[in-house]
Amino acid sequence: MTSFWSMWIIVLTTISFVGIIWVLFANRKREQQSTDETTGHEYDGIQELDNPLPAWWFYMFVITIVWAIGYLILYPGMGNFPGVLGWTQIGQHDREVAASDAKYRDMRDRYMALSIEEIATDPAVRKMGMRMFGNNCAQCHGADAKGSYGFPNLTDGDWLYGGSPDEIKASITNGRQGTMPAWGDIIGDQGVTDVTAYVLSVNGREAEPAQVTAGEKVFQTYCMACHGADATGNPAMGAPNLANGIWLYGGNVEQISHSVRAGRTGVMPAHNNTLSEDKIHILTAYVYGLNQ
Amino acid sequence: MSELNSALEHPTYNYKVVRQFAVMTVVWGVIGMLVGVLIAAQLAWPELNPGVPWLHFGRLRPLHTNAVIFAFGGCALFATSYYIVQRTCQVRLISDKLAAIHFWGWQLVIVGAVITLPMGLTSSKEYAELEWPIDILITVVWVIYAIVFFGTIAKRKTSHIYVANWFMGSFILAVAMLHIINSLAIPVGMFKSYSIYAGTVDAMVQWWYGHNAVGFFLTAGFLGMMYYFVPKQAGRPVYSYRLSIVHFWSLVAVYIWAGPHHLHYTALPDWAQSLGMAMSLILLAPSWGGMINGMMTLSGAWDKLRTDPILRFLVVSLSFYGMSTFEGPMMAIKTVNALSHYTDWTIGHVHSGALGWVAMISIGSLYHLFPILFGKERMYSISLINAHFWMATIGTVLYIVALWVNGIMQGLMWRAYNQDGTLTYTFVESVAASYPGYVVRVIGGGIFFCGMLLMAYNVYMTSRKDVEPQPAPAAASAA
Repeated sequence: MTSFWSMWIIVLTTISFVGIIWVLFANRKREQQSTDETTGHEYDGIQELDNPLPAWWFYMFVITIVWAIGYLILYPGMGNFPGVLGWTQIGQHDREVAASDAKYRDMRDRYMALSIEEIATDPAVRKMGMRMFGNNCAQCHGADAKGSYGFPNLTDGDWLYGGSPDEIKASITNGRQGTMPAWGDIIGDQGVTDVTAYVLSVNGREAEPAQVTAGEKVFQTYCMACHGADATGNPAMGAPNLANGIWLYGGNVEQISHSVRAGRTGVMPAHNNTLSEDKIHILTAYVYGLNQ
Repeated sequence: MSELNSALEHPTYNYKVVRQFAVMTVVWGVIGMLVGVLIAAQLAWPELNPGVPWLHFGRLRPLHTNAVIFAFGGCALFATSYYIVQRTCQVRLISDKLAAIHFWGWQLVIVGAVITLPMGLTSSKEYAELEWPIDILITVVWVIYAIVFFGTIAKRKTSHIYVANWFMGSFILAVAMLHIINSLAIPVGMFKSYSIYAGTVDAMVQWWYGHNAVGFFLTAGFLGMMYYFVPKQAGRPVYSYRLSIVHFWSLVAVYIWAGPHHLHYTALPDWAQSLGMAMSLILLAPSWGGMINGMMTLSGAWDKLRTDPILRFLVVSLSFYGMSTFEGPMMAIKTVNALSHYTDWTIGHVHSGALGWVAMISIGSLYHLFPILFGKERMYSISLINAHFWMATIGTVLYIVALWVNGIMQGLMWRAYNQDGTLTYTFVESVAASYPGYVVRVIGGGIFFCGMLLMAYNVYMTSRKDVEPQPAPAAASAA
């Protein structure tokens, strides 16, 4: 803040304080007993008594003003003046986080020194992991981690980006961005119908043979680059396995052809700014352990 | 109708616009509170969010707040301020035509809100959701209101200006300033605009507006109402003119600083947060000044509480006012706010002010006013007023107790952690634990709403020329 605006705040604040103190003391009355005397005004039959300010109220007012002045000396408030305590909210935050870290560092260091596989079945880790999961992951993946439409099930052993401890940790730390391009304009309505039939057939589901044959050609031209020649997907790019009957966006004909025609976009947010490394380690162990 | 109107016309004063606003206060009160009960039920039972988007909680919530604050509260303030300014200045409003434009213009604003908010058209600023064309209409109507009000004061036949008019005047000036500055926006279409402020500045302007909508619309304006109807109904002089002066000037000077307490522990700079907190604590005494002056006005007339349910409304509203203006400064303290912020406690606090203070002082004042406006000796049924009083009181208490419990419980659950450093509860567990409180809130709000229906019936019967008021029941004194 420039010194002009700092002065502006200090001057306005001071004027307000002086103003209310003046109006408070200027209207004080020496004698404290209540009176039947009126001010002499009358409005529509309403008169006003000239009673003194109630003493307890007057002193309460004075105390709050004195308190506020003291507070503004100790704490920031008067423009750029930081207050004699030098308090800041970011400082308070950092102190609280440091205190918490100091308290739990030993325990977390112990877990950090162990591998994910080693701690994945530790009851204490699972309990901590479950609480962290509940507050950070359950909103999308569900409290039971079984996912929902558009959000993967984390308990079924099927992984878009791989299920090894390192891969899970990378997903949590840096997030993932999954994109299925829209193919409707490129392969046309017939192409969408055919390739949908082909995808059904690789799952052993019923489909028109002529469409399956035509669809396989389309698949091997446009889809195999990501999903692989055998349609079992590619975790390196998050391309799902299309042959195992597990569907992120639904597996009926309508839903599959919509995915092909219009594409899909999925986002797993990165957590490296909100969760510390040791917390991500424990969370990874929890998610990994869901499949063991 | 014209015959009826002329029969009811006061030889000196314009009662027509007062009557129009007073009747619409009841109408919008019933509608706004009905929407409130519906959205409270949607929180308890989410299945009540049907497939149609315009009945969804997210769209009805701003409709509820706009309807109760600006339609119900606004009409109550306009009715009473026009009545008070004429009676205490002993002159007619300077222009019947401008007053009529004010009335119809304001109804147009409300109808605009009722249509656009459920459609999802919103500027997304809390309590200022209406889009720019309606904002401009509000500004025009408000300027007309200011002209009529201050013009009438200028023409007054009394030498001084009565304290009720100070409060009404400060409410009119401050709301004009707040509305214009907070609503400044760049339109990008007929129904879409973007605030000219960005980021933290936008948040600060919003809460400078938001808190002073509470301070000037919901407090100063209704204190004006209190300063006329309490001494009138009690038949006693105002307790202390000195107190009026001190608490008026300190209230208007300090309220305007208090907005930052809505943004504790956010991106708002530290200096603004602590300054807002310091001013919010000072605000306790100026706020209580009004309560004391109202309460002490009753000294020598306390016995009337036994027989007069209208006076009961006024006195209990002052008690709720005192309670919520104590609670407010406490919640503005950072360490308390760290617990209460984002919980149901905030909503409970608002409603102890909105139901207990704003609605009950308005209802009491209107029960005083309607017989005068309809040329009757008293309201059609005094026992219905008494029933309404108990429903309003019980409904308010149920509502705020439920949300105190919920709010404190949520705040404690969110910060509870285990020995291993993880949070004890997930967010959704705090939602599940809030369910009983949500049900009690629906019940409390529902009782308050049913009281408004009694009032609507009582007002309708009072307005009928062919119906005489029921004899004042002896039972009311025993109740």
